[in-house]
Amino acid sequence: MSTDYVLHMKGISKSFPGVKALSNVDFGLRKGEIHALMGENGAGKSTLIKTATGVYDWDSGEVRLAGRPIAPKSPLEAQQLGISTVYQEVNLCPNLTVAENIFIGRHPRKRGFIHWDKMYADSERLLERLDLYIDVKQPLSHYSVAIQQMVAIARAVDISNGILILDEPTSSLDANEVKQLFKVMRKLKQEGMGIVFVTHFLDQVYEVTDRITVLRNGTLVGEYVTSALSKTELVSHMIGREWSTEETAGMKAVEQISRDLFLQASTLGKRGSIYPIDLQIGKGEVLGLAGLLGSGRTEIAKLIFGIDKADEGILTIDGEQISSMYPQKAIQKGLGFTPEDRKVAGIVGELTIRENIVLALQARKGLFSFIPLRKQKEIANKYIELLKIKTPSAEQKIENLSGGNQQKVILARWLATQPKLLILDEPTRGIDVGSKMEIRKLILELAASGISILIISAELDEIVQCCNRIIVLRDRIKIGEVSGASMRENVIMEMIAKGAELYGKPGGIGA
Amino acid sequence: MKKVSLKISHNNIIVLATLLLLFILYGSGAALYKGFFSMQVFLNLFIDNAYLIIVATGMAFVIIKGGIDLSVASVVALISMVSAALFQQGANAFVVIFAALLIGTLFGAGQGYLIQRFQLHPWIVTLAGMFLARGISFLISTESIVISNPTFVLLSQHKIYVWEKNFITISVLIALAVVIAAILIGRYSSFGRAVYAIGGSEKSAILMGLPVARTTITVYTLSGLFSAIGGIVFTFYMLSGYSLHLMGMEMDAIASCVIGGILLTGGFGYLIGPTLGVLCTGIIQTIIMFQGTLSSWWTKITIGFLLFLFMAFQRIIVMRKEKSALPASKNKPNFENKVVNL
Amino acid sequence: MASLAGLARNLSKQKIIWPILAIVVLFLFNLIVIPDFFRMEWKDGHLFGNLIDILKNGSPLIIIAIGMTLVIAKEGIDISVGSVLAISGALAVFMLNGYPLWVVVLAGIGAGLLCGLWNGMLVAILGIQPMVATLILLTIGRGIAQLITGGQVLTTSNKAFQFIGKGHLLGLPFPLFLAMGVFLIVYLFKTRTAFGLFLEAAGGNKTASSYAGIRPKVIFMTAYTITGICAGIAGIIISSNIASADANNAGLWIELDAILAVVIGGTSMRGGRFYLGGTIFGALFIQSLTTTIYSLGVEPSSILLVKAVVVIIVCLIQSDLFRQSFKLAKKKVAAS
Repeated sequence: MSTDYVLHMKGISKSFPGVKALSNVDFGLRKGEIHALMGENGAGKSTLIKTATGVYDWDSGEVRLAGRPIAPKSPLEAQQLGISTVYQEVNLCPNLTVAENIFIGRHPRKRGFIHWDKMYADSERLLERLDLYIDVKQPLSHYSVAIQQMVAIARAVDISNGILILDEPTSSLDANEVKQLFKVMRKLKQEGMGIVFVTHFLDQVYEVTDRITVLRNGTLVGEYVTSALSKTELVSHMIGREWSTEETAGMKAVEQISRDLFLQASTLGKRGSIYPIDLQIGKGEVLGLAGLLGSGRTEIAKLIFGIDKADEGILTIDGEQISSMYPQKAIQKGLGFTPEDRKVAGIVGELTIRENIVLALQARKGLFSFIPLRKQKEIANKYIELLKIKTPSAEQKIENLSGGNQQKVILARWLATQPKLLILDEPTRGIDVGSKMEIRKLILELAASGISILIISAELDEIVQCCNRIIVLRDRIKIGEVSGASMRENVIMEMIAKGAELYGKPGGIGA
Repeated sequence: MKKVSLKISHNNIIVLATLLLLFILYGSGAALYKGFFSMQVFLNLFIDNAYLIIVATGMAFVIIKGGIDLSVASVVALISMVSAALFQQGANAFVVIFAALLIGTLFGAGQGYLIQRFQLHPWIVTLAGMFLARGISFLISTESIVISNPTFVLLSQHKIYVWEKNFITISVLIALAVVIAAILIGRYSSFGRAVYAIGGSEKSAILMGLPVARTTITVYTLSGLFSAIGGIVFTFYMLSGYSLHLMGMEMDAIASCVIGGILLTGGFGYLIGPTLGVLCTGIIQTIIMFQGTLSSWWTKITIGFLLFLFMAFQRIIVMRKEKSALPASKNKPNFENKVVNL
Repeated sequence: MASLAGLARNLSKQKIIWPILAIVVLFLFNLIVIPDFFRMEWKDGHLFGNLIDILKNGSPLIIIAIGMTLVIAKEGIDISVGSVLAISGALAVFMLNGYPLWVVVLAGIGAGLLCGLWNGMLVAILGIQPMVATLILLTIGRGIAQLITGGQVLTTSNKAFQFIGKGHLLGLPFPLFLAMGVFLIVYLFKTRTAFGLFLEAAGGNKTASSYAGIRPKVIFMTAYTITGICAGIAGIIISSNIASADANNAGLWIELDAILAVVIGGTSMRGGRFYLGGTIFGALFIQSLTTTIYSLGVEPSSILLVKAVVVIIVCLIQSDLFRQSFKLAKKKVAAS
C-alpha cells in the first residue's frame, strides 16, 4: 500500500519550548489526489507543513518521499527534493518581474550570463499551462494577488517533483479567482500531481478535494474520504465536540433580554474583510460570535473598536452615532478590546504588570494627568487580587507570567477603565484549563455587574456557556443568530456546516 | 540587441526624473555661464568625480540589498594613507595597488560577517567601521603625505585625448569599467539577482531558497572592494595620503544613489543611477564654481535639498504601491499599469 | 558566600552598574598609570583638574545623550544632533550682535526645536526610517550653519554669553548645572507625567500600545523634538565655551558618542525601557576615556579607534546571537 504514497509522514512529533505542536501525526498524500488538511488555529497544520518543507525539523517520526526517507534541512533542500509550497501571503519578490520570480535561483544561462530571453519564453510557456496569459516582463507587484498566487503556483509546479502544497491559497481571492484556481488544481491533479490543500472554507473542501485529514491540538483526528464525510461530522471533528444529547445549554439563556441597547451596528462592513453586518448589544448582555477561522469573527471586533476602518455602515453607541471610529475614541466611549494575539497586540512584554494594567486608563486620562505611583500600585494590586493573578508582585515583568495570567492582566487593563463594553477575542486561547474556567467565570460575573461583553471564540462550549445570544458567521457573512433554547453546540455546528438556508434569516433576532 | 523603448512606470520614473534634472541643470548652466558648454567642462565632471562614481556604485549594491555602508569614505581615506605610507617604505606601485584592494575587500567582508552572523544593525556596524578606518589612518600619520612614486604620477597625469584637445584620465576609464561591470553583475549574474530579490523581500528570498547569508556578506565585501578601487583612483587624483580626506563623503555617495533612483528601502534601482546622481551633484558644484560669488556650502544645501525631494518622492511611490497592493483595489484600474510612451 | 553571589547577581541586573563599573575600572587604571590624573587645585575661586574637565566637557554630551536616549527608546535614532548643534551655536553667536542674551539663547534652543520637529515629522508622519530621515539634516545642517556664519568662524567677546560654557558656579563649571537641569526636567517629565510610560510602551510594542489608546506618532514626535531641543542647548554651551561658532567642527561626531553613551547606559537599540541615569554615567565614561587618552599623551586621534572597538564590543554583547554562540562554545569546551 505504502508505494501509493508520494509523500508519507509517519508518527511525526514536534515540540517547541513549552508547547507540544505535533504528537504522533500521520499524513499520507497519494499520487493524483487533492488532499485537504484541516483544523482550527493551533491544530498543527502549518507546523506539519513546515516540517515537510524543511523550515522546521521534527523530533521523531519519518518522512518518505516516493518511498524514500528524506530529511530536508532547509526550504532550498526541500525544493531540490521536489517539495514546494505556495503560502497564503505570496512569498515572492514583488520588485522582480513575473518571469524572474519563477526562475530566480535557477536562471537559464548562456555563456555564464543569465539568458533573459529564454527565461521570458520559458515562463510564458509555464503560465500557459495554467491558462494564464500575462506580460511576464512586468514586475510582480503590477498584478493582483490572484495572479501573484498563480505565478507562485507556476514556480512551485516547475520545481516540484509531483507534490504541491497550497497553504490557504484562497483566503484573499474572490469567487471567480477561486474558480480559476480550482480549474488549475484539477488539471494538475489529472497530470498526476499530489496536492495538499490547506483551507478553512468548508465549501471549497467539498468542491475540489478527494480526501480530508483533520488535525486538532497537534494530534491526528483522522483521515476521511471527502464524499463519505458529512459537513456536520467534519465540523465536529475539527472543533472536537462529538454529537451528544446531553447539551450544556446557556447558563443565562433563560434570562430574558429586555435591556436597553448599548451598541448598534447596521450594515457595518469592509471590503475584503467582512460583508455588511447588523448587530446589537444590550447593556449587560453577553453576545457571542461563533464561526470557524476566517469567518470574519475577528474582523467585526476590529471594525467596532476602530482598528480597521469600516467603509460602509453606521455604528451607534449609547444612542450617539459615531462617524469615524479609532481606538482612542472607542476607549473614550467606554469600549475595551483584548486582542486575539496576546503577544503581538496585547502585552508590552518589557513593562511590569502594574504598567500594563494602568496603560489604557492612563491613555484615556492623557499625558499630563499622571496617575501617581502610589495610586497605580493600588489599582494594580486591587486587580491582581480580584482576578487572582499569580505573581509575587505587581513589579514583575509581564512576559514572565503564564499565558492565563497575562490574559488576566490585559483584562485588568480594561477593567481599570470602568468599561461599558468589553470585546474579548479568544480570551482563553492557549491558556491552561484552570485559568480557562476562572476567566469564563469572571466573564459571567462582569456581565452580572452590568458590563456588556462581546466574545469571540472558536470553542463552542465556551460561547454557549457564557453568552445570552450568539451570532453565527460563515465565510465572512452573518448566517444567523441563536438564543435561548436553541443555543446548543450541535445547532451551531449544523448551522456552520450547512450554511444559512436552514436556520434563521440573516439579521433576525432570536430563533 | 533588444529594442530600447522608453516607458514610464514606477520602476524607472525616478531615473527618468534624474535624467530630466540632469538636462535641466546642464542646460541652465550652459545658458547662464559662458564657457560652461564645453567638452572639457563636461569631461572634467568625470575626471573630478571618478572616485565617487565608483564608490557610489558599490554603495548602490548595498542599498539595493536593503542595507547601508557608512564606512566608504573612511576606507577611501585609509587606502590613500596606506598607499602613501607604503610608498614611503619604498614599495612597488603594483604591490601597493594589490595591498589596497586586499585591505578594502577584507574590511568589507569583516563588516558583512558581523552584520550577517550576529544580525547587527548595518548602520551601527558600518558607523563603527567608519571610525575604525579613520582611526587606523590617524595611527599611520596625522599629517598629509605626498606621493611621488613615478608609476602613480604617470598613471595620474596621463591624458587620453578623446576629441582634439579634450582629454580624460585613466581614472575615468577605470570608473567606466567598474560601472559597466556593476551593470553586468547586477543584471546577468545570480549574485546580482539575489541582491535584488533580498532587497525586495528577504523572507521570500529565504523561502525561495536563495543563499541569503552568502549574498549579504558578498555585498558588503563588494562595497569594500569598490571603496578600495575608489581609494586608488582618488589617490591618483590627489597624489597624497591624508587621514582627513573626504570627510562626510559617504553622505555624497548615499545622496548620489538616492538621486539616481536607488530606493533606500531596497530592491529597486538601476546600477547606472549612481553615476547619474554623481553627475547631477557634479554639475551643481560646477555651476556654483562658475557663478563665483556663491560659497561652497551652497553645494551641501542644494544636495541636501535634492536628497529630501527624492526621498519624499520615493516615499510617495512606495506608499502608493502599498495601497495598490491591497486586494480591495484589485478591480480598479491600476494607476501603475498605465504606460506612457514617450 | 551565597549571599555575596546573590548580591552580585542583583547588582548586575541593575543596568546602571555597568557604566559605573566601567568608569571605576578606567579610574583604577589611571590611578596606576597616571597618578597625576586625580590631582585637583583650587584656583581663582574654583576647582581645576582632570575630573572637573570631564564634568565640564562632558556636559554637552550628557545633554545630547539624554535626548538620544528618548529616540532610541522608540527604536529610532537621530544622527543629525551634531549638525543641529552647529546650527544652534552658529545662530546664537551670529545673533549676539544686536540682540539681548535671552533672545539669543531662546533662538538657539528654538532652532533645535524646529530641527527636532522636522526629524519627528519625517519619521513619525512620513514613515521614513529614522537613520535615513535624520541623514537629511545631517547633510544639510552644517551647510545651514555655514550659511549663518558666512563660512567664517564667528567669534564673540560677550562675557555674559561666555559664562554659559566657561563660567563657574559654587566652584564648579556652569555647564554641569545646565546638564543637571536638563536631566532633572526630562527625568521629571518621565516620572511625573505619563510620557515615560507611553514612550516605553510604544517603543516596546507599538501595536499593543495603540490598541490601548496611546498615539505612538505623537509620542515619537515629542521624543524627536526633545532631542532637537537638547542639541540646541548643547550647541549654545559648546559655542560659548570656545567663544565662537565653528560650523564645520562644532560637535563633529558627537552623535556616535551619544549613541554609545546611551547603549553603555543600558538602553537597548531595540527600544523599550530606557535609563536616563545610565545614560549620564555612559556619557561620563566616554568623556573620561577621552580625557584619559589625552592625559596619556597618546595621539588624540587614536581615540576614534578605541571608540570603534568599544561600539562593536558593546553591540556584540547586546546581540542575542552572539551570546548564544558564546554559550555554545563554552558548552563545547566543557563537553570536551
